Amino acid sequence: MTALPAPSSKKLGLVIDLDTCVGCQACATSCKEWNTSGYSAPLSDHDPYGADPDGAWLNRIHSYDVGEGATSRTVHFPRSCLHCETPACVTVCPTGASYKRAEDGIVLVDPDTCIGCKLCSWACAYGAREYDYADGVMKKCTLCVDRIYNETLEPADRVPACVKACPTGARHFGDLGDETSAVSQLVKAREGYDLLPEMGYKPVNKYLPPRPRRDAATTPASHSTSTTVPLKTDGSATEKLFAWADKLLSR
Amino acid sequence: MHPAYSVILFTTASGAGYGLLFWLAVLSVFDNLPADLTLGITGLGLSFALISGGLLSSTAHLGRPERAWRAFSQWRTSWLSREGVAAVATFLPFALFAYGWIVLGKNQGVFGFAGFVTAAMCMVTVWCTGMIYQSLPTIRSWHQPLVTPVYIALSLASGGILALTLLRLFGHESEDFGWLVVTVLAVSLLLKRVYWSFVDAAPRDRTSGSATGLGRFGRVRPLEAPHTQANFVMREMGFAVARKHAMKLRMIVQLAGFVLPLIALVLTLTTGGALIVPLTIAGLLAVAFGVTLERWLFFAEAQHVVTLYYGAEAA
Repeated sequence: MTALPAPSSKKLGLVIDLDTCVGCQACATSCKEWNTSGYSAPLSDHDPYGADPDGAWLNRIHSYDVGEGATSRTVHFPRSCLHCETPACVTVCPTGASYKRAEDGIVLVDPDTCIGCKLCSWACAYGAREYDYADGVMKKCTLCVDRIYNETLEPADRVPACVKACPTGARHFGDLGDETSAVSQLVKAREGYDLLPEMGYKPVNKYLPPRPRRDAATTPASHSTSTTVPLKTDGSATEKLFAWADKLLSR
Repeated sequence: MHPAYSVILFTTASGAGYGLLFWLAVLSVFDNLPADLTLGITGLGLSFALISGGLLSSTAHLGRPERAWRAFSQWRTSWLSREGVAAVATFLPFALFAYGWIVLGKNQGVFGFAGFVTAAMCMVTVWCTGMIYQSLPTIRSWHQPLVTPVYIALSLASGGILALTLLRLFGHESEDFGWLVVTVLAVSLLLKRVYWSFVDAAPRDRTSGSATGLGRFGRVRPLEAPHTQANFVMREMGFAVARKHAMKLRMIVQLAGFVLPLIALVLTLTTGGALIVPLTIAGLLAVAFGVTLERWLFFAEAQHVVTLYYGAEAA
Protein backbone atom coordinates (compact mmCIF):
# COMPACT_ATOMS: atom_id res chain seq x y z
CA MET A 1 0.00 0.00 0.00
CA THR A 2 1.51 3.31 -1.02
CA ALA A 3 -0.31 5.33 1.63
CA LEU A 4 2.30 6.09 4.26
CA PRO A 5 1.96 4.33 7.62
CA ALA A 6 1.74 6.37 10.82
CA PRO A 7 5.26 7.54 11.71
CA SER A 8 7.09 4.71 13.45
CA SER A 9 9.04 5.34 16.62
CA LYS A 10 11.79 3.16 15.23
CA LYS A 11 13.62 4.84 12.35
CA LEU A 12 16.40 2.64 11.08
CA GLY A 13 18.97 4.41 8.97
CA LEU A 14 22.57 5.24 8.25
CA VAL A 15 24.86 7.98 9.45
CA ILE A 16 27.62 8.73 6.96
CA ASP A 17 30.75 10.49 8.11
CA LEU A 18 32.13 12.64 5.28
CA ASP A 19 35.18 13.40 7.41
CA THR A 20 36.45 9.85 7.45
CA CYS A 21 35.16 8.49 4.13
CA VAL A 22 38.13 7.88 1.85
CA GLY A 23 36.15 7.08 -1.29
CA CYS A 24 37.48 3.53 -1.55
CA GLN A 25 34.16 2.18 -2.99
CA ALA A 26 34.24 -0.81 -0.63
CA CYS A 27 30.69 -0.04 0.56
CA ALA A 28 29.40 0.14 -3.03
CA THR A 29 31.12 -3.10 -4.00
CA SER A 30 29.98 -4.91 -0.89
CA CYS A 31 26.43 -3.62 -1.42
CA LYS A 32 26.41 -4.88 -5.00
CA GLU A 33 27.78 -8.26 -3.94
CA TRP A 34 25.24 -8.80 -1.16
CA ASN A 35 22.21 -7.49 -2.99
CA THR A 36 22.79 -9.26 -6.26
CA SER A 37 22.14 -12.50 -4.41
CA GLY A 38 19.80 -11.22 -1.70
CA TYR A 39 16.49 -9.35 -1.64
CA SER A 40 17.29 -7.36 -4.78
CA ALA A 41 18.52 -10.33 -6.84
CA PRO A 42 19.33 -10.12 -9.66
CA LEU A 43 20.98 -6.73 -9.45
CA SER A 44 21.87 -6.97 -13.08
CA ASP A 45 24.62 -5.51 -15.22
CA HIS A 46 24.71 -4.92 -18.94
CA ASP A 47 27.92 -5.46 -20.90
CA PRO A 48 29.94 -5.72 -17.64
CA TYR A 49 33.24 -6.57 -19.32
CA GLY A 50 32.67 -4.62 -22.54
CA ALA A 51 33.32 -1.09 -23.69
CA ASP A 52 30.18 0.39 -22.15
CA PRO A 53 29.55 -1.37 -18.83
CA ASP A 54 26.32 -0.43 -17.12
CA GLY A 55 24.33 -1.74 -14.22
CA ALA A 56 22.01 -1.11 -11.30
CA TRP A 57 23.77 -0.03 -8.12
CA LEU A 58 22.14 0.88 -4.84
CA ASN A 59 25.01 2.94 -3.51
CA ARG A 60 27.19 5.31 -5.53
CA ILE A 61 30.22 7.19 -4.27
CA HIS A 62 30.85 10.67 -5.67
CA SER A 63 33.96 12.74 -5.08
CA TYR A 64 33.67 16.51 -4.93
CA ASP A 65 36.14 19.34 -4.95
CA VAL A 66 34.85 21.80 -2.37
CA GLY A 67 36.01 25.37 -1.82
CA GLU A 68 38.62 27.41 -3.65
CA GLY A 69 42.37 27.45 -3.93
CA ALA A 70 44.56 26.64 -0.94
CA THR A 71 41.60 25.97 1.33
CA SER A 72 39.78 23.63 -1.03
CA ARG A 73 39.31 19.99 -0.12
CA THR A 74 38.26 16.71 -1.62
CA VAL A 75 35.13 15.23 -0.08
CA HIS A 76 34.00 11.69 -0.89
CA PHE A 77 30.26 11.45 -0.83
CA PRO A 78 28.38 8.11 -0.71
CA ARG A 79 24.82 8.45 -1.99
CA SER A 80 22.04 5.93 -1.43
CA CYS A 81 18.41 5.81 -0.30
CA LEU A 82 17.85 8.01 2.77
CA HIS A 83 14.68 6.11 3.85
CA CYS A 84 12.77 9.40 4.10
CA GLU A 85 9.96 9.87 6.61
CA THR A 86 7.69 11.33 3.90
CA PRO A 87 8.99 9.65 0.75
CA ALA A 88 7.26 10.86 -2.42
CA CYS A 89 8.68 7.82 -4.22
CA VAL A 90 6.24 5.70 -2.21
CA THR A 91 3.09 7.80 -2.60
CA VAL A 92 3.46 8.21 -6.38
CA CYS A 93 3.70 4.44 -6.93
CA PRO A 94 0.58 3.31 -8.83
CA THR A 95 0.79 -0.35 -7.87
CA GLY A 96 1.62 -0.43 -4.17
CA ALA A 97 4.96 -2.11 -4.93
CA SER A 98 6.75 0.74 -3.15
CA TYR A 99 6.07 0.91 0.54
CA LYS A 100 7.42 2.21 3.81
CA ARG A 101 7.51 -0.37 6.59
CA ALA A 102 5.42 0.61 9.60
CA GLU A 103 7.67 -1.20 12.06
CA ASP A 104 11.06 0.34 11.26
CA GLY A 105 10.59 2.90 8.49
CA ILE A 106 12.58 1.03 5.83
CA VAL A 107 11.45 1.95 2.28
CA LEU A 108 11.24 -1.09 0.02
CA VAL A 109 10.09 -2.11 -3.46
CA ASP A 110 8.26 -5.40 -3.90
CA PRO A 111 9.96 -6.83 -7.01
CA ASP A 112 6.95 -9.09 -7.64
CA THR A 113 4.45 -6.26 -8.11
CA CYS A 114 6.59 -3.41 -9.50
CA ILE A 115 5.63 -2.61 -13.12
CA GLY A 116 8.80 -0.62 -13.87
CA CYS A 117 7.04 2.67 -14.67
CA LYS A 118 10.00 4.58 -13.15
CA LEU A 119 7.78 7.31 -11.70
CA CYS A 120 9.35 6.74 -8.25
CA SER A 121 12.76 7.61 -9.69
CA TRP A 122 11.30 10.90 -10.92
CA ALA A 123 9.86 11.65 -7.47
CA CYS A 124 13.12 10.88 -5.60
CA ALA A 125 15.36 13.92 -5.13
CA TYR A 126 18.40 11.83 -4.30
CA GLY A 127 18.72 9.53 -7.31
CA ALA A 128 18.35 6.58 -4.98
CA ARG A 129 16.18 4.43 -7.22
CA GLU A 130 17.61 2.74 -10.26
CA TYR A 131 15.88 0.81 -12.98
CA ASP A 132 17.11 -2.72 -13.57
CA TYR A 133 16.95 -3.01 -17.37
CA ALA A 134 17.20 -6.80 -17.32
CA ASP A 135 14.72 -7.38 -14.50
CA GLY A 136 12.27 -4.66 -15.60
CA VAL A 137 11.70 -3.39 -12.06
CA MET A 138 13.08 -0.66 -9.81
CA LYS A 139 15.87 -1.41 -7.36
CA LYS A 140 16.87 0.50 -4.28
CA CYS A 141 18.74 0.24 -0.98
CA THR A 142 16.91 -2.17 1.34
CA LEU A 143 19.05 -1.22 4.33
CA CYS A 144 19.99 -4.90 3.99
CA VAL A 145 16.67 -5.93 5.47
CA ASP A 146 17.77 -9.51 4.78
CA ARG A 147 20.88 -9.06 6.98
CA ILE A 148 19.83 -6.89 9.89
CA TYR A 149 17.12 -9.31 11.10
CA ASN A 150 18.89 -12.45 9.89
CA GLU A 151 19.24 -14.80 12.81
CA THR A 152 21.43 -17.19 10.85
CA LEU A 153 24.16 -14.53 10.89
CA GLU A 154 26.37 -13.77 13.87
CA PRO A 155 24.94 -10.77 15.82
CA ALA A 156 27.98 -8.70 14.80
CA ASP A 157 27.13 -9.27 11.15
CA ARG A 158 23.52 -8.11 11.45
CA VAL A 159 24.30 -4.71 9.95
CA PRO A 160 24.01 -3.49 6.34
CA ALA A 161 26.75 -4.84 4.06
CA CYS A 162 28.07 -1.31 3.40
CA VAL A 163 28.53 -0.65 7.11
CA LYS A 164 30.26 -3.98 7.60
CA ALA A 165 32.62 -3.33 4.68
CA CYS A 166 33.71 0.24 5.47
CA PRO A 167 37.41 0.13 6.43
CA THR A 168 37.42 3.57 8.06
CA GLY A 169 34.24 3.32 10.11
CA ALA A 170 32.62 6.10 8.12
CA ARG A 171 29.25 4.36 8.01
CA HIS A 172 27.08 3.85 11.08
CA PHE A 173 23.79 1.96 11.32
CA GLY A 174 21.15 2.30 14.00
CA ASP A 175 17.81 3.64 15.18
CA LEU A 176 17.61 7.36 14.52
CA GLY A 177 14.18 7.50 16.13
CA ASP A 178 15.75 6.69 19.51
CA GLU A 179 17.46 9.76 20.94
CA THR A 180 19.67 7.66 23.19
CA SER A 181 21.01 5.43 20.40
CA ALA A 182 24.68 5.65 19.45
CA VAL A 183 23.83 7.00 15.98
CA SER A 184 21.55 9.70 17.39
CA GLN A 185 24.26 10.74 19.85
CA LEU A 186 26.76 10.85 17.01
CA VAL A 187 24.48 13.05 14.92
CA LYS A 188 24.03 15.36 17.90
CA ALA A 189 27.74 15.58 18.70
CA ARG A 190 28.86 16.13 15.11
CA GLU A 191 25.94 18.27 13.94
CA GLY A 192 24.73 15.76 11.39
CA TYR A 193 22.50 17.19 8.69
CA ASP A 194 19.85 16.33 6.08
CA LEU A 195 20.41 16.49 2.32
CA LEU A 196 18.11 18.95 0.51
CA PRO A 197 15.97 19.63 3.59
CA GLU A 198 13.95 22.14 1.52
CA MET A 199 12.40 19.24 -0.41
CA GLY A 200 10.47 18.33 2.74
CA TYR A 201 11.06 14.57 2.36
CA LYS A 202 12.57 14.38 5.88
CA PRO A 203 15.44 11.96 5.24
CA VAL A 204 16.22 9.55 8.07
CA ASN A 205 19.87 9.04 7.03
CA LYS A 206 22.17 11.79 8.24
CA TYR A 207 25.52 13.07 6.99
CA LEU A 208 28.31 14.24 9.30
CA PRO A 209 30.23 17.23 7.89
CA PRO A 210 34.00 17.14 7.38
CA ARG A 211 35.78 18.56 10.43
CA PRO A 212 37.47 21.99 10.08
CA ARG A 213 40.92 21.89 8.54
CA ARG A 214 43.69 21.68 11.11
CA ASP A 215 45.91 23.96 9.02
CA ALA A 216 43.27 26.67 8.65
CA ALA A 217 45.41 29.06 10.72
CA THR A 218 48.40 28.62 8.41
CA THR A 219 46.64 29.60 5.20
CA PRO A 220 47.77 32.87 3.60
CA ALA A 221 46.11 35.97 5.00
CA SER A 222 44.56 36.79 1.64
CA HIS A 223 42.83 33.41 1.76
CA SER A 224 41.67 33.61 5.36
CA THR A 225 38.56 31.61 6.10
CA SER A 226 36.52 34.78 6.56
CA THR A 227 36.78 35.50 2.84
CA THR A 228 36.73 32.01 1.41
CA VAL A 229 33.62 30.79 3.19
CA PRO A 230 30.78 32.44 1.33
CA LEU A 231 28.60 34.47 3.63
CA LYS A 232 24.86 34.24 3.48
CA THR A 233 23.70 37.64 2.37
CA ASP A 234 20.35 39.20 2.98
CA GLY A 235 21.40 42.69 1.82
CA SER A 236 20.67 44.39 5.14
CA ALA A 237 22.46 47.58 6.17
CA THR A 238 24.23 45.77 9.01
CA GLU A 239 25.52 43.18 6.60
CA LYS A 240 26.78 45.85 4.18
CA LEU A 241 28.53 47.51 7.08
CA PHE A 242 30.25 44.26 8.04
CA ALA A 243 31.15 43.57 4.43
CA TRP A 244 32.68 47.06 4.16
CA ALA A 245 34.54 46.54 7.43
CA ASP A 246 35.73 43.12 6.25
CA LYS A 247 37.02 44.62 3.02
CA LEU A 248 38.76 47.46 4.85
CA LEU A 249 40.39 45.13 7.36
CA SER A 250 41.53 42.68 4.70
CA ARG A 251 43.74 45.29 2.95
CA MET B 1 14.21 14.72 -18.20
CA HIS B 2 14.54 12.11 -20.89
CA PRO B 3 11.69 12.54 -23.39
CA ALA B 4 10.43 8.96 -23.74
CA TYR B 5 8.70 8.75 -27.12
CA SER B 6 6.06 6.37 -25.81
CA VAL B 7 5.05 8.89 -23.14
CA ILE B 8 5.04 11.80 -25.60
CA LEU B 9 2.94 9.78 -28.05
CA PHE B 10 0.61 8.72 -25.24
CA THR B 11 -0.04 12.18 -23.82
CA THR B 12 -0.45 13.91 -27.20
CA ALA B 13 -2.51 11.17 -28.88
CA SER B 14 -4.78 10.43 -25.95
CA GLY B 15 -5.00 14.17 -25.19
CA ALA B 16 -6.31 14.81 -28.71
CA GLY B 17 -8.58 11.75 -28.47
CA TYR B 18 -10.12 12.91 -25.18
CA GLY B 19 -10.48 16.42 -26.61
CA LEU B 20 -12.23 15.12 -29.74
CA LEU B 21 -14.56 12.94 -27.68
CA PHE B 22 -15.27 15.87 -25.34
CA TRP B 23 -16.32 18.13 -28.22
CA LEU B 24 -18.41 15.48 -30.00
CA ALA B 25 -20.27 14.84 -26.74
CA VAL B 26 -20.65 18.53 -25.88
CA LEU B 27 -21.90 19.39 -29.40
CA SER B 28 -24.42 16.54 -29.18
CA VAL B 29 -25.74 17.64 -25.81
CA PHE B 30 -25.66 21.41 -26.18
CA ASP B 31 -25.70 22.09 -29.94
CA ASN B 32 -28.08 19.41 -31.25
CA LEU B 33 -25.42 17.85 -33.45
CA PRO B 34 -27.30 15.20 -35.47
CA ALA B 35 -26.40 11.56 -34.78
CA ASP B 36 -24.97 11.16 -38.27
CA LEU B 37 -23.77 7.58 -38.72
CA THR B 38 -20.62 8.39 -40.74
CA LEU B 39 -19.62 11.15 -38.33
CA GLY B 40 -20.34 8.84 -35.39
CA ILE B 41 -18.27 5.96 -36.72
CA THR B 42 -15.34 8.18 -37.79
CA GLY B 43 -15.40 10.62 -34.88
CA LEU B 44 -16.06 8.20 -32.04
CA GLY B 45 -13.90 5.55 -33.72
CA LEU B 46 -11.01 7.97 -34.10
CA SER B 47 -11.25 9.16 -30.51
CA PHE B 48 -11.36 5.53 -29.34
CA ALA B 49 -8.31 4.72 -31.48
CA LEU B 50 -6.36 7.75 -30.25
CA ILE B 51 -7.22 7.12 -26.59
CA SER B 52 -6.58 3.39 -26.52
CA GLY B 53 -3.59 3.67 -28.86
CA GLY B 54 -2.13 6.24 -26.49
CA LEU B 55 -2.85 4.10 -23.45
CA LEU B 56 -1.26 1.07 -25.11
CA SER B 57 1.78 3.09 -26.14
CA SER B 58 2.21 4.26 -22.54
CA THR B 59 2.56 0.64 -21.43
CA ALA B 60 5.48 0.33 -23.86
CA HIS B 61 7.77 2.17 -21.45
CA LEU B 62 6.91 -0.18 -18.58
CA GLY B 63 9.45 -2.77 -17.54
CA ARG B 64 6.65 -5.26 -16.82
CA PRO B 65 3.66 -4.35 -19.03
CA GLU B 66 1.91 -7.62 -18.12
CA ARG B 67 1.48 -6.27 -14.59
CA ALA B 68 -0.04 -2.96 -15.75
CA TRP B 69 -3.41 -3.89 -14.21
CA ARG B 70 -1.87 -3.42 -10.77
CA ALA B 71 -1.67 0.32 -11.48
CA PHE B 72 -5.40 0.67 -10.81
CA SER B 73 -4.97 -0.06 -7.11
CA GLN B 74 -3.30 2.99 -5.53
CA TRP B 75 -5.73 5.75 -6.52
CA ARG B 76 -5.71 7.07 -2.96
CA THR B 77 -2.18 8.51 -3.25
CA SER B 78 -0.93 8.16 -6.82
CA TRP B 79 -1.95 10.45 -9.70
CA LEU B 80 -0.69 7.83 -12.14
CA SER B 81 -3.07 5.32 -10.62
CA ARG B 82 -5.91 7.86 -10.66
CA GLU B 83 -5.22 8.50 -14.33
CA GLY B 84 -5.51 4.78 -15.05
CA VAL B 85 -8.77 4.47 -13.12
CA ALA B 86 -10.23 7.59 -14.78
CA ALA B 87 -9.16 6.40 -18.24
CA VAL B 88 -10.88 3.04 -17.83
CA ALA B 89 -13.93 4.59 -16.14
CA THR B 90 -14.37 6.93 -19.13
CA PHE B 91 -14.93 3.91 -21.40
CA LEU B 92 -18.21 3.03 -19.60
CA PRO B 93 -20.27 6.17 -20.42
CA PHE B 94 -18.39 6.33 -23.74
CA ALA B 95 -19.65 2.86 -24.65
CA LEU B 96 -23.26 3.83 -23.88
CA PHE B 97 -22.91 7.12 -25.79
CA ALA B 98 -21.37 5.38 -28.80
CA TYR B 99 -24.03 2.63 -28.70
CA GLY B 100 -26.79 5.25 -28.77
CA TRP B 101 -25.20 7.25 -31.57
CA ILE B 102 -23.96 4.48 -33.87
CA VAL B 103 -26.42 1.62 -33.26
CA LEU B 104 -29.63 3.46 -32.37
CA GLY B 105 -28.93 6.77 -34.13
CA LYS B 106 -29.65 8.72 -30.93
CA ASN B 107 -27.41 11.11 -29.06
CA GLN B 108 -30.06 12.79 -26.94
CA GLY B 109 -31.93 11.89 -23.77
CA VAL B 110 -30.26 9.13 -21.82
CA PHE B 111 -27.53 8.92 -24.47
CA GLY B 112 -27.05 12.67 -24.24
CA PHE B 113 -26.60 12.25 -20.50
CA ALA B 114 -24.04 9.49 -21.16
CA GLY B 115 -22.30 11.93 -23.51
CA PHE B 116 -22.29 14.59 -20.82
CA VAL B 117 -20.69 12.18 -18.32
CA THR B 118 -18.21 11.08 -21.01
CA ALA B 119 -17.18 14.69 -21.66
CA ALA B 120 -16.66 15.30 -17.94
CA MET B 121 -14.65 12.07 -17.53
CA CYS B 122 -12.45 13.00 -20.51
CA MET B 123 -11.37 16.16 -18.76
CA VAL B 124 -10.95 14.39 -15.40
CA THR B 125 -8.56 11.94 -17.10
CA VAL B 126 -6.50 14.68 -18.76
CA TRP B 127 -6.45 16.52 -15.43
CA CYS B 128 -4.99 13.42 -13.76
CA THR B 129 -2.35 13.19 -16.50
CA GLY B 130 -1.29 16.78 -15.89
CA MET B 131 -1.20 16.22 -12.12
CA ILE B 132 1.28 13.34 -12.50
CA TYR B 133 3.81 15.94 -13.61
CA GLN B 134 2.61 18.90 -11.58
CA SER B 135 2.78 16.93 -8.32
CA LEU B 136 6.54 16.27 -8.56
CA PRO B 137 8.49 18.78 -6.45
CA THR B 138 11.79 17.42 -7.80
CA ILE B 139 11.28 19.12 -11.19
CA ARG B 140 10.81 22.85 -10.85
CA SER B 141 9.40 23.47 -14.33
CA TRP B 142 6.74 20.80 -13.77
CA HIS B 143 5.83 21.76 -10.21
CA GLN B 144 3.92 24.79 -11.48
CA PRO B 145 0.20 25.55 -11.11
CA LEU B 146 -0.28 26.02 -14.88
CA VAL B 147 1.00 22.57 -15.94
CA THR B 148 -2.39 20.87 -15.64
CA PRO B 149 -4.40 23.78 -17.14
CA VAL B 150 -2.04 23.69 -20.15
CA TYR B 151 -2.55 19.92 -20.52
CA ILE B 152 -6.32 20.47 -20.51
CA ALA B 153 -6.12 23.46 -22.87
CA LEU B 154 -3.96 21.56 -25.36
CA SER B 155 -6.29 18.56 -25.22
CA LEU B 156 -9.27 20.81 -25.97
CA ALA B 157 -7.38 22.70 -28.70
CA SER B 158 -6.01 19.63 -30.53
CA GLY B 159 -9.28 17.73 -30.08
CA GLY B 160 -11.18 20.84 -31.14
CA ILE B 161 -9.45 21.30 -34.49
CA LEU B 162 -9.76 17.55 -35.07
CA ALA B 163 -13.50 17.73 -34.38
CA LEU B 164 -13.84 20.79 -36.64
CA THR B 165 -12.04 18.96 -39.46
CA LEU B 166 -14.45 16.00 -39.21
CA LEU B 167 -17.53 18.27 -39.02
CA ARG B 168 -16.40 20.08 -42.16
CA LEU B 169 -15.52 16.84 -43.99
CA PHE B 170 -18.99 15.45 -43.29
CA GLY B 171 -20.85 18.69 -43.92
CA HIS B 172 -21.85 19.64 -40.40
CA GLU B 173 -20.22 23.04 -40.62
CA SER B 174 -20.87 25.13 -37.57
CA GLU B 175 -19.48 28.65 -37.64
CA ASP B 176 -19.93 29.15 -33.91
CA PHE B 177 -17.87 26.05 -33.20
CA GLY B 178 -15.19 27.29 -35.58
CA TRP B 179 -14.84 30.49 -33.58
CA LEU B 180 -14.87 28.47 -30.36
CA VAL B 181 -11.89 26.43 -31.58
CA VAL B 182 -10.13 29.66 -32.54
CA THR B 183 -10.73 30.96 -29.00
CA VAL B 184 -9.48 27.75 -27.38
CA LEU B 185 -6.31 27.82 -29.51
CA ALA B 186 -5.67 31.46 -28.60
CA VAL B 187 -6.25 30.81 -24.88
CA SER B 188 -3.92 27.78 -25.04
CA LEU B 189 -1.17 29.90 -26.58
CA LEU B 190 -1.65 32.52 -23.89
CA LEU B 191 -1.57 29.90 -21.09
CA LYS B 192 1.58 28.31 -22.47
CA ARG B 193 3.30 31.69 -22.73
CA VAL B 194 2.35 32.58 -19.15
CA TYR B 195 3.58 29.12 -18.08
CA TRP B 196 6.96 29.74 -19.76
CA SER B 197 7.26 33.14 -18.09
CA PHE B 198 6.52 31.50 -14.70
CA VAL B 199 9.10 28.78 -15.30
CA ASP B 200 11.76 31.24 -16.44
CA ALA B 201 11.14 33.51 -13.45
CA ALA B 202 11.12 30.71 -10.83
CA PRO B 203 14.29 30.98 -8.72
CA ARG B 204 16.73 28.10 -9.11
CA ASP B 205 17.55 28.09 -5.42
CA ARG B 206 18.44 24.43 -4.93
CA THR B 207 22.19 24.16 -5.20
CA SER B 208 24.90 21.53 -5.26
CA GLY B 209 25.89 23.00 -1.88
CA SER B 210 22.49 22.17 -0.41
CA ALA B 211 22.28 18.77 -2.13
CA THR B 212 25.57 17.66 -0.57
CA GLY B 213 25.39 19.89 2.51
CA LEU B 214 28.92 21.01 1.66
CA GLY B 215 28.03 24.53 0.51
CA ARG B 216 29.26 25.86 3.85
CA PHE B 217 32.84 25.10 2.71
CA GLY B 218 32.56 26.88 -0.61
CA ARG B 219 31.70 25.94 -4.17
CA VAL B 220 30.98 22.25 -4.76
CA ARG B 221 32.29 20.81 -8.03
CA PRO B 222 32.36 17.19 -9.13
CA LEU B 223 35.88 15.75 -9.02
CA GLU B 224 35.15 12.16 -9.86
CA ALA B 225 31.89 10.49 -10.88
CA PRO B 226 30.85 7.26 -9.15
CA HIS B 227 31.33 5.23 -12.32
CA THR B 228 33.12 5.59 -15.62
CA GLN B 229 29.95 5.17 -17.69
CA ALA B 230 26.56 6.85 -17.52
CA ASN B 231 23.90 5.21 -15.40
CA PHE B 232 20.10 5.06 -15.30
CA VAL B 233 19.76 8.19 -13.16
CA MET B 234 21.94 10.25 -15.52
CA ARG B 235 20.16 9.00 -18.64
CA GLU B 236 16.61 9.33 -17.29
CA MET B 237 16.97 12.52 -15.25
CA GLY B 238 20.05 14.18 -16.70
CA PHE B 239 18.80 14.65 -20.26
CA ALA B 240 19.91 18.07 -21.46
CA VAL B 241 20.27 17.64 -25.22
CA ALA B 242 18.91 20.53 -27.28
CA ARG B 243 18.20 22.60 -24.17
CA LYS B 244 20.40 25.31 -25.66
CA HIS B 245 17.99 25.52 -28.59
CA ALA B 246 15.01 25.77 -26.27
CA MET B 247 14.19 29.36 -27.19
CA LYS B 248 14.12 28.59 -30.93
CA LEU B 249 12.07 25.46 -30.31
CA ARG B 250 9.59 27.43 -28.21
CA MET B 251 9.19 29.81 -31.14
CA ILE B 252 8.53 26.88 -33.50
CA VAL B 253 5.96 25.49 -31.05
CA GLN B 254 4.14 28.81 -30.98
CA LEU B 255 4.21 29.22 -34.76
CA ALA B 256 3.29 25.68 -35.75
CA GLY B 257 1.03 24.79 -32.84
CA PHE B 258 -0.91 28.01 -32.58
CA VAL B 259 -0.20 30.93 -34.91
CA LEU B 260 -0.39 29.08 -38.26
CA PRO B 261 -3.54 27.10 -37.36
CA LEU B 262 -5.14 30.28 -36.01
CA ILE B 263 -4.47 32.06 -39.31
CA ALA B 264 -5.76 29.05 -41.28
CA LEU B 265 -8.96 28.81 -39.21
CA VAL B 266 -9.69 32.53 -39.28
CA LEU B 267 -9.25 32.46 -43.07
CA THR B 268 -11.74 29.59 -43.41
CA LEU B 269 -14.21 31.42 -41.19
CA THR B 270 -13.97 34.76 -42.95
CA THR B 271 -13.50 33.88 -46.63
CA GLY B 272 -14.97 30.42 -47.22
CA GLY B 273 -14.83 28.71 -50.58
CA ALA B 274 -13.16 25.55 -51.81
CA LEU B 275 -10.13 26.03 -49.59
CA ILE B 276 -12.03 25.51 -46.33
CA VAL B 277 -11.30 21.79 -45.93
CA PRO B 278 -7.65 21.88 -47.14
CA LEU B 279 -6.92 24.85 -44.87
CA THR B 280 -8.54 23.13 -41.88
CA ILE B 281 -6.51 19.96 -42.50
CA ALA B 282 -3.33 22.03 -42.84
CA GLY B 283 -4.15 23.69 -39.51
CA LEU B 284 -4.75 20.27 -37.93
CA LEU B 285 -1.38 18.97 -39.14
CA ALA B 286 0.35 22.09 -37.82
CA VAL B 287 -1.31 21.63 -34.41
CA ALA B 288 -0.29 17.95 -34.33
CA PHE B 289 3.33 18.87 -35.05
CA GLY B 290 3.35 21.83 -32.67
CA VAL B 291 1.77 19.99 -29.74
CA THR B 292 4.12 17.00 -30.15
CA LEU B 293 7.10 19.35 -30.15
CA GLU B 294 5.64 21.18 -27.13
CA ARG B 295 5.41 17.90 -25.24
CA TRP B 296 8.95 16.92 -26.21
CA LEU B 297 10.22 20.30 -25.03
CA PHE B 298 8.24 19.94 -21.79
CA PHE B 299 10.45 16.93 -21.01
CA ALA B 300 13.71 18.12 -22.57
CA GLU B 301 13.64 21.47 -20.76
CA ALA B 302 12.76 19.97 -17.37
CA GLN B 303 15.71 19.86 -15.00
CA HIS B 304 15.58 17.31 -12.19
CA VAL B 305 17.05 18.17 -8.80
CA VAL B 306 19.20 14.99 -8.85
CA THR B 307 21.39 16.64 -11.52
CA LEU B 308 22.88 18.62 -8.62
CA TYR B 309 24.84 15.49 -7.68
CA TYR B 310 26.15 15.19 -11.24
CA GLY B 311 27.60 18.63 -11.81
CA ALA B 312 24.66 21.04 -12.08
CA GLU B 313 25.19 24.00 -9.76
CA ALA B 314 21.55 24.98 -9.35
CA ALA B 315 18.16 23.46 -10.07
